[in-house]
Amino acid sequence: MPGDFTPCGMVAVHAVLLLGALLMLTPLAWMLLTSLKSYQELFVSPPKWIPEKLLWHNYVEALTTFNFALYLRNTAFLTFVTIAGTLVSSCMAAYAFAALRCRGKGMLFAILISTLMLPPQVTIIPLFKVYARLNWIDTYLPLTIPAWLGTNVFAIFLLRQFFLTVPRDYCESARIDGASEFQILLRIFVPMCTPAILTISVFSFIGAWNDLWGPVIFLHSECYYTMAIGLLNFVLLSNQPQGAPWNLIMAVSTVMMIPIIIVFFLAQKRFIEGMSLTGLKG
Amino acid sequence: MRRKEIFWFWVMAGPATAGFLFLTLGPMLYSFYLSFTKYDVVNPPVFVGLGNYEYLLTRDPSFWPSVKVTLIFALFSIPLSLVLSLATAMLLNTQVRFRGALRTIYFLPSLLPATASSIIWIFIFHPAYGLLNQMLEKVGITGPPWTQSSTWALPTIVIMSLWGFGGGMIIFLAGLQGIPRSLYEAASLDGATRWQQFRHVTLTQISPILFFNLVMGIIGSLKVFDQAFTFGTTAVARLGAPGRSTLFYVLNMYQKSFNYFHMGLGSAMAWMLFLAILILTVINFIAARKWVHTE
Repeated sequence: MPGDFTPCGMVAVHAVLLLGALLMLTPLAWMLLTSLKSYQELFVSPPKWIPEKLLWHNYVEALTTFNFALYLRNTAFLTFVTIAGTLVSSCMAAYAFAALRCRGKGMLFAILISTLMLPPQVTIIPLFKVYARLNWIDTYLPLTIPAWLGTNVFAIFLLRQFFLTVPRDYCESARIDGASEFQILLRIFVPMCTPAILTISVFSFIGAWNDLWGPVIFLHSECYYTMAIGLLNFVLLSNQPQGAPWNLIMAVSTVMMIPIIIVFFLAQKRFIEGMSLTGLKG
Repeated sequence: MRRKEIFWFWVMAGPATAGFLFLTLGPMLYSFYLSFTKYDVVNPPVFVGLGNYEYLLTRDPSFWPSVKVTLIFALFSIPLSLVLSLATAMLLNTQVRFRGALRTIYFLPSLLPATASSIIWIFIFHPAYGLLNQMLEKVGITGPPWTQSSTWALPTIVIMSLWGFGGGMIIFLAGLQGIPRSLYEAASLDGATRWQQFRHVTLTQISPILFFNLVMGIIGSLKVFDQAFTFGTTAVARLGAPGRSTLFYVLNMYQKSFNYFHMGLGSAMAWMLFLAILILTVINFIAARKWVHTE
């Protein structure tokens, strides 16, 4: 099979993959090294890879002088509320669709799933109008409330698949023992489906942390900025005669990427499972 | 008991149903209506019939250029990233060492925030002191003015986007691992060459996933926003040069709606995008049944 190579072929396979990996890592390495350089070192030719002195102070400057500590806190808060909302609303909906009977349930589920195709651009203008009417523009409500109302349809879909595997008898006997529906959901379904819940958590973490579209449209005041708009704004405004302070810009980029990288390493298996599930469903 | 169950069904599915009605279906229908109106947020919408569509398709100076930018991007980035991700997945599907670590390295960039990664690339591609042109200079090549030229700005975004091929690669890898070994054994007993094995076993078996990645790639490139917006606000705004050469479709829709408040035109553009995605999804369904190999 194509997986079986001669020893010579295997050397080539390793060489190609390692070279590719090096190329993939170069931008990240360059970002990290640049973030520790002094302003003068940025513009030397030929470029220097290793800074003369590692200026960790750049990070302090970016976080304090340029307010990125605030943007970091804002982004963390928004992300946390989004994940919580996604988990609560999608667990409830998935439970309804997997374990409870009601007329028209199949139809409702099909309609919900079909909205996966809908690009967010279609609803954004009316939503903007409604949020403006409610005086929600320049608050976090337009960015968080949708998560609490089950708009992450993929999460509902994925959780329902997992919930369907929980034996029906468990529910029945719990009900006979007098457990409420919320207790059944929390004590039986959630613990039995932790992998799916983790997968959804990490994907909504990535989605909320990286989001640019929502904050760009709904947030205006600097005190509400997220990392993404803060970073763009910083690049836009930092026009110095010789060139932008790329060391600080790269420090901010690093700070923005670190949580993603940490979560990725903690839950890599969940990411790979999640990706594979999306693909195999098609 | 039955009635109680129905009650609990609506308690549990209630938030999602409300979200669907008020945040999806309602806004969707309303934006369809707005696409036939002239609307600037301040004044109430005025019905103009097919005026917006007619204007966009025949007279708007930026509509077709933005369609062209988006299609050129799709035309280059999708085949390149499909080939890269399938090839890498196949290499990783061998008895290679450090397989887990390599997979991690290839996969990670696809999850990083597009805003920050675009900015890294804009720095690397900086015409004067960017890493790339400095390296090219070392080997005697004068690099093009990437981010500052209307010819090179779009290729720059294509190269940037290739960094994120790892998502597709993971999906291919899952597919490759599902191909039974016996198929390759049978093929090689029949004297199939390596190329024939690739052509008739790997590609046939993986065709549903290939097709899925292709369609997702097309839909994804129609929706490109983060990279285009980052490029637009940082590289372009300060240097001016590339102008419309990186005006992607969704960026154009965003600017029309939220910079110039032509919300009717924006809605019309959003609906044309939706229509394109709908057609692609339907084609995906039909074609998946017809051409793609399934057991």
